[in-house]
Amino acid sequence: MRRIPLANYPAVSPAVYREMGLNDSEYALIVETLGREPSYTEIGMYSVMWSEHCGYKYSRPVLKAFAEYRKAQETGALENAGVVPLGDTGYGVVFKMESHNHPSAVEPFQGAATGVGGILRDIFTMGARPVANLNSLRFGPIEGDDPVNIRNRYLFEHVVKGVGDYGNCVGVPTVGGEIYFHPCYNGNPLVNAMSAGIVKTDSIASAKAQGIGNPVLYVGSATGRDGIHGATFASVELTEESQERRPNVQVGDPFTEKLLIEATLEALATGKIVAIQDMGAAGLTCATCEMAAKGGLGMEIDVQLVPRRESGMTAYETMLSESQERMLAVVEKGNEEEVIAVFRKWGLSAAYIGTLNDSGRVVVKDGGVVEADVPAKSLADDCPTYYLDAAEPEYIAKVQNADFSVLSEPEDYGTVLLRLLSSPSIASKRWVWEQYDQMVQTQTEMLPGRGDAAVLSIREADGRRIALTTDCNPRFCYLDPYVGAQIAVAEAARNLSCVGATPKATTDCLNFPSPEKPSGFWQFTQAVNGMAAACDALKAPVVSGNVSFYNETPDGAIYPTPTVGMVGVFDDGVIPVGQGFQNDGDLIYLIRPTDWEGEHGIGGSDYLSLIHGRDEGKPPRLDLAAEAKVQLVTRQAIAKNLLHSAHDCSDGGAAVALAESCLAGNKGAEIRLAIADYGDQKWSAILFGEATARILVTVKEGVNQNALLDLAESAGIEALFLGQVKSNDRFDAAGLIDLPLSALRNAFEGAIPRIMGK
Amino acid sequence: MSLSSSAIMAPPSDMTFKGGSAPLRAGIIVFPGSNCDRDAGNAWEALGEGEAVYLWHQENDLRGVDVVILPGGFSYGDALRAGAIARFAPIMKEVTRFAEEGGPTLAICNGFQIACEVGLLPGALVRNERMRFVCRHVGLRVETEASMFTNGYRKGEVLSIPVAHGEGRYVCDDATYAELVAEDRIAFRYAPQTGNFVLGADSGEDYNPNGSRDHIAGILGGPQRNILGMMPHPERAMHTELGSANGRPLFEALCAVMNVRH
Repeated sequence: MRRIPLANYPAVSPAVYREMGLNDSEYALIVETLGREPSYTEIGMYSVMWSEHCGYKYSRPVLKAFAEYRKAQETGALENAGVVPLGDTGYGVVFKMESHNHPSAVEPFQGAATGVGGILRDIFTMGARPVANLNSLRFGPIEGDDPVNIRNRYLFEHVVKGVGDYGNCVGVPTVGGEIYFHPCYNGNPLVNAMSAGIVKTDSIASAKAQGIGNPVLYVGSATGRDGIHGATFASVELTEESQERRPNVQVGDPFTEKLLIEATLEALATGKIVAIQDMGAAGLTCATCEMAAKGGLGMEIDVQLVPRRESGMTAYETMLSESQERMLAVVEKGNEEEVIAVFRKWGLSAAYIGTLNDSGRVVVKDGGVVEADVPAKSLADDCPTYYLDAAEPEYIAKVQNADFSVLSEPEDYGTVLLRLLSSPSIASKRWVWEQYDQMVQTQTEMLPGRGDAAVLSIREADGRRIALTTDCNPRFCYLDPYVGAQIAVAEAARNLSCVGATPKATTDCLNFPSPEKPSGFWQFTQAVNGMAAACDALKAPVVSGNVSFYNETPDGAIYPTPTVGMVGVFDDGVIPVGQGFQNDGDLIYLIRPTDWEGEHGIGGSDYLSLIHGRDEGKPPRLDLAAEAKVQLVTRQAIAKNLLHSAHDCSDGGAAVALAESCLAGNKGAEIRLAIADYGDQKWSAILFGEATARILVTVKEGVNQNALLDLAESAGIEALFLGQVKSNDRFDAAGLIDLPLSALRNAFEGAIPRIMGK
Repeated sequence: MSLSSSAIMAPPSDMTFKGGSAPLRAGIIVFPGSNCDRDAGNAWEALGEGEAVYLWHQENDLRGVDVVILPGGFSYGDALRAGAIARFAPIMKEVTRFAEEGGPTLAICNGFQIACEVGLLPGALVRNERMRFVCRHVGLRVETEASMFTNGYRKGEVLSIPVAHGEGRYVCDDATYAELVAEDRIAFRYAPQTGNFVLGADSGEDYNPNGSRDHIAGILGGPQRNILGMMPHPERAMHTELGSANGRPLFEALCAVMNVRH
């Protein structure tokens, strides 16, 4: 056995490994695997790789519900699972979403910035040029002078700045996303960053180390002490002491990232790179172990060869650092210079830190001293998994059985509409997106606020169009995680359909409380199963994703938030449709299932929450087959050029959707509603209820109108006539609401700037 | 200096027009942090008679290009000040000489910042008044038709062209401002869609995205009004599918001039 030094490190004791997040049985397993006590560095490496963040020790058994994930895991093809082909152009879309919640809670600017940086590296490490970023951001309430809300405002402002600063500098447009405010995110904001890239489907780069004797190349920024144990930090709950973990938060440098994108893509084009992986969570530890394990090989590296920006760094610190903007590559022996020249041209440091061998072990030396000698597979693949206890939380029965029949109707529906439009979750996010470069690369055809999803025309792939969106209504997920997660999938697919794209694949960011509590694990299991079923039904399988547990503070847990990111592809020649009303006299129809009865109600709605202060009820019923039909008819109508606008009804219900379409197109509307068309429900439910599978479309009277009605009829769904677009300044809904557009605009556009001070 | 720039100074009599044998070559200067370089190149090539030549910041030769474009981006990360380090790039010596000899030079966004830093254009671009990055389509009023860049527009016309910058607020001293006005060198001003505003009296809060002096968005310079610096991105306004095609006449005008000179 090789001698492992323990000098300069604390003695290995139960206190040490427990502090790093390993339990006693995991430690025993490590001893058994190694046949000896591990060194301090080895414990560090195991603890990050076997954290929930890297090892998915609690989530892996549940994630098998995702069919594609299961298949990929079984065939060892996880990394290539997520490519969506763009017709027969030879190009495909790769996309992924990842959380950076805990870092953003303590250091919002850097936390958000490095979240964007990390997800971008996941994309270009596959040889794909990143073409779009999206963000799903969630904060506590931002209004007023309560200290908690002031803090939320600070987090919101600086997360947005961090996202913008990074994305703008690297030259990848931020084209969409969502922002949501709710007290459940007090002190625990969610920052989920999604990125999409375009890759030649026959030259996707791999992370599988191959070729005994091939050198291992380190490129990018030098390694510092930032982010040590970042992955472990992400795997515990936030506490008062979390603020002291600010040194655990990595620092981003988008300029270096930009160089890394260009240099990596250029270096990959030489064909001399055998394998490449970014160094994200668990840094050098993760990259060495995963690459070696994937190739079934061993790797020996010397930390003294690693470019480091601080002196006196130990092997432990070097292996666990999460310094940003770094990549690890295996290069064909003999062609090192060609590859290294590319990185040097871009002003990046590139250093050989080791070689591949057939030992199956990762050996870390510090000069002549062996600091770690561990089986690669043990760290990368053998993280113990646990099937934790799950129990339905007590609140579920209570909230689902809430009785709303006693609630009185509002005195003025117009006032309610204005309040909804000016609530930050629904209000225009222009204040945010104008801080993002949405257009660089000149491929963005549907800018934020113009349509239900972002649309890009991909130059490399003959202008083929793709659509992107992120969605999740956490209130629905709180009331019923299974149905709530399904609705998140359905809404994402609906948004893609509303612009005219066919949903193709899904990525997710599963943000949940601690899985170690039965209630949290139950929510997680329910949501994953619901999401998997919905993705199957809507033919948009989950191909990649990320789990973020422990989203809770001493004040409570977040609502389960399984954020869905989805990519759709347009059939050739289909012209995207926006959400704004276009022409005076266009007819407004509501496309919905024929068996709509009982679908309304106000359960889980923004109306119920905002006006009555209750997050209660059951989420609206979701019939996946009907949802699929409604979406299909909308896509068919867009493909036939019948529609002038399409917009889904979701947060705030039909009234908000109608108002948004008026504002987006700067047109008035005259709406006629017959209560009989809605099963004699209350007006509040008709106007503000959030039933699923509803899309608001406009069509020109006559031939197009008839063609739309024919499409609906043959699909067995209903197209309900609602009214007409008007070239005036009035929003008139059945005499219940009669407001000038300027009032709607002031509420919708002015809300966030007023709160944030312009 | 390259042959073509001397040709620019003294156009040969055997002019060739559109469809002539040689494509018009635009040299796009690429700094490591440029991120609108390809967009500028694509815009130039979208006209159907242009060729984009990407020139690395460490090169010493413009390779005989007909036009130089300094594109947007964050040339060297720009942590110090936008464009502050780019001025020392080897290629900038050649760009400066080219521009000072009358070579058509289009400096967009970060390129405008660099052009001011190297002294090709007067004034400077500082942090936006609201201290935030801003990206949106803005109204842009054409203030002069008298240049090789703007003669495809009508004076007073209001264009829709996007901005995307954190440091785009144009500032200059009073003498410079008076000179710009006297010499008709203000190319574009931010404007409401109606085009109507009262200089000096109108804060421009709603349409001036960065607080620029008197809503200045672009200025001309060089011996033959051959340098245009502008914060908005005409290369992002080449197709209606992207929200506007109002940038196209600028590139077309430049092409037409070059064709006459070829």
